[in-house]
Amino acid sequence: MFDLESILNTMAPELLLAAAGLIGVTVGAFLGDRFNSISFKFGAVVLFAAAALAGNYWEGGRAFDGLVETTSFANFAKVVSFIAGGIALLMAEGFLKRHDTMRYEYPLLIIFASLGMGIILSSTNFMTLYLGVETLSLSSYVLAAFHRDSPRSAEAGLKYFVLGALASGILLYGISLVYGFSGSTSYEVVADADASLGFMFGMVLMITGLAFKVSAAPMHVWTPDVYEGSPSPVVTFFATAPKMASMVVFAIIMFTAFPQAMAVDNWQMIIGIIAALSMLIGSFGALPQTNLKRLLGYSSIANMGYALVAVAAGVQYGAGSLLIFMTAYVIASLGLFGGVLSMRREGGMVENTDELAGLIRRQPGLATALTVLLVSVSGFPLAFGFLGKLAVLEAGWNAGLMPLIIILVLSSVIAMYYYLRIVKIMWFDDQAADFEPVDGWVTTTIYVTALVSVLLLIFVSPFSELAASAAESLIS
Amino acid sequence: MDFPILSAVTFTPLAGAILILLIKSLTGTQVRADGSEDDRVLYAGLLFSIATFVVSLVMFLSFDTQGTGYQLVEEVDWFANIKYKMGVDGMSVLLILLTTLLTPIALIASIGSIKHRLTEYTVAFLVLETFMIGVFCALDLVVFYVFFEAGLIPMFIVIGVWGGINRIYASFKFFLYTLLGSLFMLAAVVYMYLVAGTSDIVVLEQFEFAKSAQIWLWLAFFSSFAVKLPMWPVHTWLPDAHVQAPTAGSVILAAVLLKMGGYGFLRFNLPMFPDASVFFQPFVFTVSVIAIVYASLVAWRQTDMKKLIAYSSVAHMGFVTLGIFSFTEIGVQGAIFQMLSHGLISGALFLIVGVVYDRMHTREISAYGGLVHRMPVYATFFMLFTMANVGLPGTSGFVGEILTMVGAFQANTWAAAGAALGVIFSAVYMLTLYRRTVFGKITNPDLETIEDVNTKELICLIPLAIGTILLGILPNLIFDITRESSLHALAQMAGG
Repeated sequence: MFDLESILNTMAPELLLAAAGLIGVTVGAFLGDRFNSISFKFGAVVLFAAAALAGNYWEGGRAFDGLVETTSFANFAKVVSFIAGGIALLMAEGFLKRHDTMRYEYPLLIIFASLGMGIILSSTNFMTLYLGVETLSLSSYVLAAFHRDSPRSAEAGLKYFVLGALASGILLYGISLVYGFSGSTSYEVVADADASLGFMFGMVLMITGLAFKVSAAPMHVWTPDVYEGSPSPVVTFFATAPKMASMVVFAIIMFTAFPQAMAVDNWQMIIGIIAALSMLIGSFGALPQTNLKRLLGYSSIANMGYALVAVAAGVQYGAGSLLIFMTAYVIASLGLFGGVLSMRREGGMVENTDELAGLIRRQPGLATALTVLLVSVSGFPLAFGFLGKLAVLEAGWNAGLMPLIIILVLSSVIAMYYYLRIVKIMWFDDQAADFEPVDGWVTTTIYVTALVSVLLLIFVSPFSELAASAAESLIS
Repeated sequence: MDFPILSAVTFTPLAGAILILLIKSLTGTQVRADGSEDDRVLYAGLLFSIATFVVSLVMFLSFDTQGTGYQLVEEVDWFANIKYKMGVDGMSVLLILLTTLLTPIALIASIGSIKHRLTEYTVAFLVLETFMIGVFCALDLVVFYVFFEAGLIPMFIVIGVWGGINRIYASFKFFLYTLLGSLFMLAAVVYMYLVAGTSDIVVLEQFEFAKSAQIWLWLAFFSSFAVKLPMWPVHTWLPDAHVQAPTAGSVILAAVLLKMGGYGFLRFNLPMFPDASVFFQPFVFTVSVIAIVYASLVAWRQTDMKKLIAYSSVAHMGFVTLGIFSFTEIGVQGAIFQMLSHGLISGALFLIVGVVYDRMHTREISAYGGLVHRMPVYATFFMLFTMANVGLPGTSGFVGEILTMVGAFQANTWAAAGAALGVIFSAVYMLTLYRRTVFGKITNPDLETIEDVNTKELICLIPLAIGTILLGILPNLIFDITRESSLHALAQMAGG
């Protein structure tokens, strides 16, 4: 049955993205290099429009015989991911132009990756999920290797591809086991199945595969290498939009496909251990890092650990918290990678944290904004990240996850050390040479994200209500 | 709704800081002909901190000293069940006044002695002032936590940028030590919010937590405030931070930041966890007496003037915890008094050290001697504050120490006896310090040309001297205001 209205309610942003992507490919084939410069604006406009559509069809719906279903929980993640993707795209333009790689394939790949995010967020069936995961992943592998002449980028792309393919395989194997033991790939049917041993085995394999996608320990090993090797604008994208989408999908799967009493008995501990490992490995791993991108890679592992605490807390307590935490993380990450993108000297980009030395005296505005963002991502009061961490703590307490709370507290202190070290380098150390001015989008993003981080701390009320109501849609 | 006077006091410095930043980003930093930075920005900051002081006086006048409960309450919804709620009682009003008095003094003391990056310096102090006042005004746990933690960042920067040689180490130690304690408090705050359904301090004071939960909550809050106060054995960040911080930073650190610990005990641990407080009384007494005796002995052996005063702060804070956990009205009154008095005295002592440090650029006691011959006025002030720190009758130091000891005596004779030892030791180390720096012959030839205190330094020292003597002679000025808060802090104890 073809019901246009329900399809629009459910998949409007994805339809737009798919259409735009295909149009882009066609136009690119005819115009060639002449399409390069306009394609970035085109991609950003499409992504922002997709976000607007997701906001417009906020309540969502159900289509294609229940293969896809969109809740406002998913739409929340879609809006944040698409906006983050659009901003990451705008920030990429100047960088790629300087490296002579400003090609129209880049925005198209981002569009297709976003399409994948939209599909996984709306899927209610493992087959749809796998399609979306692969759409997202394949675009990501290519993006990681986008600077194909650079050995680092090619290496990052290859590593990401090999490990990512393995993780996809594990995910698919898990899906096949779950299907075999429950007789269906639909979340709803799976949710009612008996938790036999084989079924559990499949679930654990699925968790493993998903953990890779959100770079949670012990499947995190690719993250620092890919973060370091990939071109910075690509990492900006990786660290924000797909992280948000994958983490929310992770939560949706755990909450809807493996729900009921199973949660506490069967997977809470597994997710809890993954969360604890991620927090510890992420924060200890970041301590010795001197490459800013690598450091942020480890920091993202730790932050995914915090987010997984909210997942482990279960749908009732964790869903709303997860949205608040991840949004705060995405906002701060966009700004921080803007900082990475603005570290340019004569002769190219620099990535060592020492290059930021004395930034406060050269570019006080930039240094202050980056300090605010670091404060936010560390979950210290004074910025929005604090409320994210507060929400996660609240979820953890509600679910009675005492050991995770202790680990969260300890790892936050460790994490504070390396964030403070960057603040120290910017504020206390002797001046290094000036950075070259960067393009307006990057600077604007840094300032706007810093400002938003502070403003959302104060005027958080509408936002937190929105997140709570979005979480409601998942519970009922 | 009435004029939100508390928010006005709290955010006047922040508004000043933002204004200064805006103006400076338009004009840029002027450098004078001799290469020094234009210090008008410090005066601008001073203006705002004085304005804050005036606003805080207005607040004090509109505060009914005889009234009970929290006054001048403001309430705005923040998110979920958490409100931005401000309100003060007698204790917090006085601590706010202490803060608003000492910030301008700290800024005056910085004129001339801080020579680079003055804009950031001024802004850091103004922002810090906002957070300090906010801590004493907050009537919501989450709001309190935000202010309490936020103050770390400006202080971290003040120590790290304008501090001494080892400043980086000291600033990190200061930050991470305090943060670890505070995060446990944050976990406890979230738990209390979930159990009681609100983070409103007024409601939580009446809420009865189960005894087993109280123990853990008490420990979580204690871990935060004990580090801040600081208590032995988590005091080790303080000497480092004090020695490395610039004079003004030390003044604020000793005079105001340490008081947040004692304030926290009185505001949270006693009223909210009365059973646990009783349970832990012997523990706190033991630690306090060790702090008093141990820190006094360590202070005696110091060769660095600032370090000596830092350890003396640890000892004096021991009296505060002793008084608070005596659970007697007199002890709590004494503890609050001791906090205020120590704010004035230790602030003044750090200024006193700053005076000679600015001239000689060393804090080694052995580099000085015979200062009285060249700096008679300085020697007089130094004498006054030395005596106050020792607890000489007639100064505010005496009142605080005697009352906390009387309170402790009622609760535990041995604790009081141990604390009395500390009083004797304090005379030993302070008088040794005074004798070695001020009396005797001038041994260091550089001292021959040293100048006596100038007008700027007098402006800083005179208000503190007046305060010290006034409170010593008329302690009832304070007690009348703090009586209600002391009784309030103890109200829940009666049943325990």
